[in-house]
Amino acid sequence: MAEQLLKVRGLKLEGLSGETWTPIVNGVSFDLKKGEVLGLIGESGAGKSTVGLAAMGFTRDGCRISDGEVEFDGIDLVNASAAVKRSLLGKRIAYVAQSAAASFNPAHKLIDQHSEAPVQHGVSSKSESEADGMELYRRLRLPDPDNIGFRFPHQVSGGQLQRAMTAMAMACRPDLIIFDEPTTALDVTTQIEVLASIRDIVEQFDTAAIYITHDLAVVAQMADKIKVLLKGDEVEESDTRTMLSNPQEDYTKSLWAVRSFERPKKPAVNTGATPIVSIKNVTAAYGTVPVLEEVSFDIHEGRTVAVVGESGSGKSTTARCITGLLPPKIGHIEFDGQALPLDYRRRSKDQLRQAQMIYQMADTALNPRKSIGEIIGRPVQFYSGKTGSEKRRRVEELLEQIELDPGQYINRLPSELSGGQKQRIGIARALAADPKFIICDEVTSALDQLVAEGILKLLANLQDTLGLSYMFITHDLATVKAISDEVVVMKDGRVVEQGPKDEMFQPPHHPYTDLLLSSVPEMDPDWLTTLLDQRGVDNIGDAAVNKMA
Amino acid sequence: MGSIAKIIAQRLALGVLTLLIVSFVIFVSVNALPGDFAQAIMGQGATEEAVTAMRKDLGLDQPYFQRYFSWLGNIITGDLGISFAQMNFASNLGGDQLISVADQIYPRFINTMWLAGFAALIAVPLSLTIGVLAALYRNSMFDRIANIGALTSISSPEFFIAYILVLFLAVLNPVFLPVAEVTPGITLGERLYFLALPALTLTLVVTAHMMRMTRASIINLLASPYIEMARLKGVSPMRVIVKHALPNALAPIINVIALNLAYLITGVVVVEVVFTYPGIGQLFVDSVINRDIPVIQACVMIFASAYILLNLTADILTILSNPKLRHPK
Repeated sequence: MAEQLLKVRGLKLEGLSGETWTPIVNGVSFDLKKGEVLGLIGESGAGKSTVGLAAMGFTRDGCRISDGEVEFDGIDLVNASAAVKRSLLGKRIAYVAQSAAASFNPAHKLIDQHSEAPVQHGVSSKSESEADGMELYRRLRLPDPDNIGFRFPHQVSGGQLQRAMTAMAMACRPDLIIFDEPTTALDVTTQIEVLASIRDIVEQFDTAAIYITHDLAVVAQMADKIKVLLKGDEVEESDTRTMLSNPQEDYTKSLWAVRSFERPKKPAVNTGATPIVSIKNVTAAYGTVPVLEEVSFDIHEGRTVAVVGESGSGKSTTARCITGLLPPKIGHIEFDGQALPLDYRRRSKDQLRQAQMIYQMADTALNPRKSIGEIIGRPVQFYSGKTGSEKRRRVEELLEQIELDPGQYINRLPSELSGGQKQRIGIARALAADPKFIICDEVTSALDQLVAEGILKLLANLQDTLGLSYMFITHDLATVKAISDEVVVMKDGRVVEQGPKDEMFQPPHHPYTDLLLSSVPEMDPDWLTTLLDQRGVDNIGDAAVNKMA
Repeated sequence: MGSIAKIIAQRLALGVLTLLIVSFVIFVSVNALPGDFAQAIMGQGATEEAVTAMRKDLGLDQPYFQRYFSWLGNIITGDLGISFAQMNFASNLGGDQLISVADQIYPRFINTMWLAGFAALIAVPLSLTIGVLAALYRNSMFDRIANIGALTSISSPEFFIAYILVLFLAVLNPVFLPVAEVTPGITLGERLYFLALPALTLTLVVTAHMMRMTRASIINLLASPYIEMARLKGVSPMRVIVKHALPNALAPIINVIALNLAYLITGVVVVEVVFTYPGIGQLFVDSVINRDIPVIQACVMIFASAYILLNLTADILTILSNPKLRHPK
């Protein structure tokens, strides 16, 4: 029986909204033994991060612990003085943040930030901790471990930074690390390496961890036990395998079921039919930096083409070429068999109307000072010339199409809507132009899985009723499975493979597609181990240890 | 490093261009001043011939652009010209010893730089320290007192502050001198003693901007994830501010410091008058009254250069304070 490390009992937190304190976490309890990993999962707003930070005795500004106990190794963190907490933070309890790029100080080198905690806490000298940092970098399989620490954060890639941050958390060999969505911002192929590194190093040093994520498949790889949160309430807790195979609560079951949505297969496109959009040999560059090389693919009427690839692969640039925001250097774009002017400024209003966009961040894509009616009404008036009651009728019709009650929503501001509702407004705004073709740029990646599923279903319904064609830019292969008819895989500005969805998900495929597909975490808790075995990567930590010996 | 050198070279070129444009604007506007120097000197009773002869002597009869370019050419070779007013005195006294603008400006300029430098030496460290402390103890009593003090001093006219200081530190408690009449050949200690009150006055005038900008730009960053990270590493609050927030808050602070230093060089005529200090500001005002065009032009060129040079320095320091530019990928 391992030693008890962390005891959380009836933890309640409140957040300041306006003038009043409102509850955000309503009583969470859990235990953590030495070396044990607890997965905390839930949608955004569930209070995962707040609970994670409170387990360190820390609350963000405008947030406070109102009730309950947090006891770390016999120390009461709720009532401990700031000095006592400071002596524990970084030394015995460490934190790994979601965005390593934002959480490393841009003004200092990685190794200086690494050795800060050990030096400040008097654990080791600067040179000792630097040497140890290099060793940790090596164990976390960072390239050039002896020198990478002397770079500044902006000189290192996202996946590498995330590992450097894990190394930093390990600097004082803490008893407990809080991982707050450490791989959410990473591409799937990078995510695997980071997950494997984190898991191995936590095992090697027998560190206890709280792993916070919204991704069930990820938590399945990392945690010994899982706790599900919903809007600040505990839903259930059990060990990982039980939770995956036999969830008890309806909410947990619904989370588990999200990934099963899939559209029925559509009949094959008639050979010889004119595609609605045809991208022909497009080569484009930002200034002198080439970003697209001879990209070609077709999108047929009523079909969804998913464009997948990692960040920087040229997915969004392709969309910018189609919309004419970035005129290609070579090649052209055809719409319904007719070549479009490359620059959007030279396209007619009707040509502009035909192709619309929905953006990833509904938050920033909607003008915060305009009401929903104005946001949707503007393209209605611009493209159709409707005004007054005619315009209002059209806006109401559009709101009904996106399944929001016009009477209730037409006068609201974007800030009064949830994330999923905002994305629906983004869809309505695109529909207002009465287009034939819509580019969806990562439209669900900022949303929780249940909400994202709702958006995908809505888009599918709209496609069936209005005969729309979609170009669906995404890095999430579950989304691809759910909605696409055809798939285009991009890498480094080129199309590496394309074809109907069924073929793409069946071997054999291009090695890169294979890497991409096999990197998507699965709900099987043995998935990561099996995958690493298959890829011929021996246990990373062991390899490093052997090398040291 | 190539890109930094390139950016700095661009800024320098831009600075020179700005100075050139400023020189043209100065020339045009000074020449557009009402009244004619020759007419003013000769008086109402002067004959047309005498005035014309005077104009010819001074070179005022030449075409506009020719005068501009010869003036510009002379400046580049370091010749600021001959003071009109002094020329007149010299001719009245029968001597033929002409006093150049440079001779007139030089001692005044040195005096101005002494005062500005002394005031800056007190004000910059003081405002940075108070700014950092105010950010650290934000919303505390110290923060409030610092803010109220800074606002009070910035809202009071300079002469008021100056006379208050004279009253308390020279009249009621004769610690310092109420006038700063420096003479050539005084020692450093004497000079600093003379300059104490004017420098203190200027410190009170410029500290508020810099201190409040320091405080605001640090507080702005305190919500950043990397500040939270530093706190979660158990770093002390003081270290969080100085080591983690301040290096990233430098750009706006540097720019406000530059503006205030430029003000110390160019905008202190009131303080000079109160303490009867022979700085460049007084010379400038006198020469405007005398319509002494070469001196006016030279003074304004010096002021413009000070602004451009300090802002250029601020620009370059801002660039250097950005690790992304200092260490490209």
